[in-house]
Amino acid sequence: MIAYLLRRIGTCIIVVIGVSIFIFFLLHAIYPSPARAVLGLRAPQSTVNAWNKANGYDDPLIVQYLHYMNQLLHGNLGYSYVENQSVLSLFQERVARSVYLSGISLVLAVVIAVPLGIFQAAKRNSIGDNIATSAAFILYSMPVFFLGLILIQVFALSFPIFSFEASQSTSLWTVITDWNAMTLPIATLVLISVAAYSRYMRSSSMDVLAQDYIKVARAKGLPERLVLLRHLVRNASLPMVTLIGLSLPLLLAGNLVTEELFNYQGLGLLFYESLEKVDYPVLLAYTLAGAILVVIGNLIADIALTIADPRIRLA
Amino acid sequence: MAFQGREKIVQPLDVQRAPEGGEVGAIQSGWRLALREFMSNRLAVIGFGIIVFFVLFCFVGPLIYHTNQISTNLIDANQPPSGSHLLGTDTDGFDELGRIMKGGQAALEVGFFAAFVAITIGAMYGAVAGLVGGFFDSTLMRVVDVFLSVPFLFVVLILAVKYGATVLSLSLVIGFFSWQVPARLVRGEVLTLRERDFILAARTAGSGRWRLISRHLLPNALGVVIVNVTFQVADAILAVSYIGFLGFGLHFPNVDWGDQLSDGIQYLQDGYWWLTFPVGACIVLTVMALNFIGDALRDAMDVRLRRR
Repeated sequence: MIAYLLRRIGTCIIVVIGVSIFIFFLLHAIYPSPARAVLGLRAPQSTVNAWNKANGYDDPLIVQYLHYMNQLLHGNLGYSYVENQSVLSLFQERVARSVYLSGISLVLAVVIAVPLGIFQAAKRNSIGDNIATSAAFILYSMPVFFLGLILIQVFALSFPIFSFEASQSTSLWTVITDWNAMTLPIATLVLISVAAYSRYMRSSSMDVLAQDYIKVARAKGLPERLVLLRHLVRNASLPMVTLIGLSLPLLLAGNLVTEELFNYQGLGLLFYESLEKVDYPVLLAYTLAGAILVVIGNLIADIALTIADPRIRLA
Repeated sequence: MAFQGREKIVQPLDVQRAPEGGEVGAIQSGWRLALREFMSNRLAVIGFGIIVFFVLFCFVGPLIYHTNQISTNLIDANQPPSGSHLLGTDTDGFDELGRIMKGGQAALEVGFFAAFVAITIGAMYGAVAGLVGGFFDSTLMRVVDVFLSVPFLFVVLILAVKYGATVLSLSLVIGFFSWQVPARLVRGEVLTLRERDFILAARTAGSGRWRLISRHLLPNALGVVIVNVTFQVADAILAVSYIGFLGFGLHFPNVDWGDQLSDGIQYLQDGYWWLTFPVGACIVLTVMALNFIGDALRDAMDVRLRRR
């Protein structure tokens, strides 16, 4: 177990280094230097060159990369010349809101999808199952922005129950308590995730239902409810652990689009605004952070699975 | 071949009937069985029909339904559906139905081309990794891990800001970040295939690596590749719509579905439904149809699920 963990963490570190090299070099190939953003479009080339030299942007790429990573390890994510603010402080202003939106959506999606999938597997091909499967198929093929749009049209314009704009407050507590404004963004992300999760939950529950220990449990006269609760839930939920780890990139992407659609001042919207302003220190830091989050998410999912499932003994 | 010979001897002996008494059909190739399995899946046939419809709608439609998609006409902007404009007009006075056809061309072209790029890179990469094996293989697979960890939409958006202007560049950008899954699938297939006797025979006959890959390994791994292609097209069409929606897609006067939809959003409160909902429905229908086809193909290729 320890050996497996160490090896798994070792691979993760290699992958993180690879990802950081890749993203850093890619972004540098596209945006070699922020000099133009600082000095303006009409600055003479000599001034640009001097600025690049003064700020280390004419060093060899590998030197710049090592410098950047060194700064990163010391908690410095770079400096946004467009916003005239350090990237770290930009992130700090917004990270809590994004974590809240993604976190609550993920939790709600799992809470809804797990029982829904089990129900669908237990009542296979019933009307309820067919409705849920069709809904999942449609939602699964739907871009996040179109789902959000439909929700806005129905629940904010046709029937004005909720607000079509997310909470604009800078205080996280106000955001959390503002249900009127936060319901639609959360519902958008939850529905998209439920569509994917419930399909997997349904098929993994069906696999478990075909196992011998379920037959034994039924044969000894256990009520169906207890068969499902005691024998099925735990075993069928195991693949979900991996799936949640793998779906982190989608969650981040969904976050980006949802925040843009509902004008929610989170990290996704920051990324979107930075794209428009070509503020590449922010883009670089956020993409890197996203990649590292994905790697760590998969690592945690793997470890959680080895702990939860004693059949997996990857020594 | 040897099998056919034996069949000829068996035929006169009236063992044509299976033990259950059913007719024994002619020996069918795996592909034909897969096709029959695919055609018996109702959703797959519907999905295939929808895709054919959209291809005709987007590429043949403009030849029948003539609209002006070149010059703006602000006097006719935002007109509701009527006899002369079946789906109304958009903010610039373009006919919305014609615009959807034009946007659909872009979406389908990028979808299929990006999938082609992804599959080509992925299949070659996976075949080489699986065939060579060893340290080389594990290094290549770590590279796949790296690419899998890169948040797709973020990198594609960053690249699209600079290279998103044309169908070709957008397809290359999307395809270049979508080849990881086919690479893994093909590698897995090649790992089992390369131990088989016919590969040994080909090696003994003196086939080089390139010939092994192109003549023996890739054709036999085609099943997993074909299943993956449909999902790739669906994902690429979704990716284009995201890029277009966020405003980093094709440049005016070219248009894609996501772009159109985001233009219509500002008029949501005015009730201009024809600017958003028809085009959104087009995205959902196309992607859903491709998902149906992909699911059916996967089931059809999976021998274990095949009805006997």
